[in-house]
Amino acid sequence: MCGIAGLIHRGKSSNVGEELQHMLQALKHRGPDSTGYALYADNDGQNFILRFKVGENVGEGSTSVNEDESVYNERKKAVDKKLSELGALVVKEEKLTPYSYRYEIKFDKDLMEFSKSIESIQSVEILSIGKSLELIKDLGDATVVSERYGLNKVQGTHGIGHARMATESGVDIKSAHPFWGYPFADVSVVHNGQLTNYWNNRRVLENKGMRFMSECDSELIAVFLAERMRNGATLEEGMKESLTGLDGVFTYFVATKDSLGMAKDTMAAKPLVLYESDDLVAMGSEEIAIRSILPQEIDTYDPFDGEVKVWQT
Amino acid sequence: MANLKTAEKKTKAQSMGMHTETLTGKTQQKFFNPDEAENFFYWGTYDVDFNKRTDLDVKDLDCKQANGKIDELMSQGYGTIVIKNPQGKHSLGVGILNKLNLIFEGSLGYFGVGSIDGPIVRVNGRVGWSCAENMMAGKVVIEKNAGSCFGAAIRGGDLICKGSVGARTGIDQKGGTIIIGGDAGAFTGFMMQRGRIVILGDVGINLGDSMYDGTIYVGGKIGSFGSDAVESPMTKDDIDWLKRKLKVAEIGENFDVSKMTKVVAGKKLWNYDALEPTEKKGAI
Repeated sequence: MCGIAGLIHRGKSSNVGEELQHMLQALKHRGPDSTGYALYADNDGQNFILRFKVGENVGEGSTSVNEDESVYNERKKAVDKKLSELGALVVKEEKLTPYSYRYEIKFDKDLMEFSKSIESIQSVEILSIGKSLELIKDLGDATVVSERYGLNKVQGTHGIGHARMATESGVDIKSAHPFWGYPFADVSVVHNGQLTNYWNNRRVLENKGMRFMSECDSELIAVFLAERMRNGATLEEGMKESLTGLDGVFTYFVATKDSLGMAKDTMAAKPLVLYESDDLVAMGSEEIAIRSILPQEIDTYDPFDGEVKVWQT
Repeated sequence: MANLKTAEKKTKAQSMGMHTETLTGKTQQKFFNPDEAENFFYWGTYDVDFNKRTDLDVKDLDCKQANGKIDELMSQGYGTIVIKNPQGKHSLGVGILNKLNLIFEGSLGYFGVGSIDGPIVRVNGRVGWSCAENMMAGKVVIEKNAGSCFGAAIRGGDLICKGSVGARTGIDQKGGTIIIGGDAGAFTGFMMQRGRIVILGDVGINLGDSMYDGTIYVGGKIGSFGSDAVESPMTKDDIDWLKRKLKVAEIGENFDVSKMTKVVAGKKLWNYDALEPTEKKGAI
């Protein structure tokens, strides 16, 4: 099933971390396995924020293999060494959990080669790179994950999130949403649905040099859009192509540094409720997600089949 | 097995001329006996007074508590209940089987007022997916928009949305009337079996896909016809019925119904007309 939520403030910042937490918590019944946030925070825009993991959360319900923390530490050292070799300067580093880190780095070269090099280290996965994107995902509901990573204080303009019920792949962080739009900085995707031409598309995209980190069908959307954008398409053009390029049922959100978009498949098989005003757009799989931040009476609607919309901050 | 065709004893209802058809085949029927008043009520229903009115704030109640409270109020004879702060909660107002004037001051989530048989419902907001699913009788009016599967599998009654609705409106509809003031999404009337759908605005792709009976009227543009759906000429009866129905529904005032497109099933299922008389009574 899964629940997705997103919001964008137009012309101002807000406490998007807390707002998205409320929206996703309201959708917990749609997906209790893991929760993910892609928050576009009010960072200074000088450095890249690199979020990566060196292992998995082996909490209750996880399908991951338990590893000793010393293994995580060795992998972290290997990442530091690679960063140095790549010419990236670490300005600030934070250890958030035994298996995940947030670095601020100075780097001005090719992000694809950078990512390939970092992820050549066993079990290391870059969750996101961006100048404003803060991508966090872990096992547990929205409140648990938010408290674990201190997200309810994050100020920003927009964000998307996902409450996951694992159906197509394991209960682990690598299969959790959002997915980073590798290798593009500040691009993230969340999805509700099932894609039925995953392997056909994956084989084609891998032959074109794109990378997949999980076997979760939803990751295909991020890679599909990234590949189209790499070939010069705008975000909206890529999203419109996805309506015919992707087969199955889906509603997905994609966010970039200054925009938020939604797409709904041509059968309109997955739910989405949308609220739009001059200064705020909020949307979610169910009305209660929107009501959790806007309890007053408001006008909402369901987008139609095959609809693509993009909003700017 | 009892041979119903040759059943000798007439019921009181038959003696009064209320039922005249001869039963055949597998049909079994139990007539209400006017001498047994309790047979006129479903189990779990109440005799309520429309003039007895109360408010119910469900802000801090979950759907089970809220529905239990509505049931309790009906048992006390309240015939008009105003629900405050529904705030998009799911499954509110479901399973009401008696007359009742139910007003929601706000929006409902999924499966609102499903499986009802008799109440008059007004929602002064929007509704989520599958509103009034399996409705048997009554009238439901939605003032704003509605989600997908609006009126799924309804068997009777009037279901009215003054705004726009999502995909698969009237999916598996078996009777009754659905009226949409705005636009409707894809697969409207999907697998429709009986009843009528009226859309004053545009409708999406695959209209009436796999329908095998019933009628759809569209005032605006049609995205595409689904399999088995075909256009049919509007008749005077259609126009008269539409005018009367829209007036009763308080929607589409001054709308020129004569220019609507009428869509019906283009194919007939094998042996479809060999229905028992009592089954035919279920059709409008």
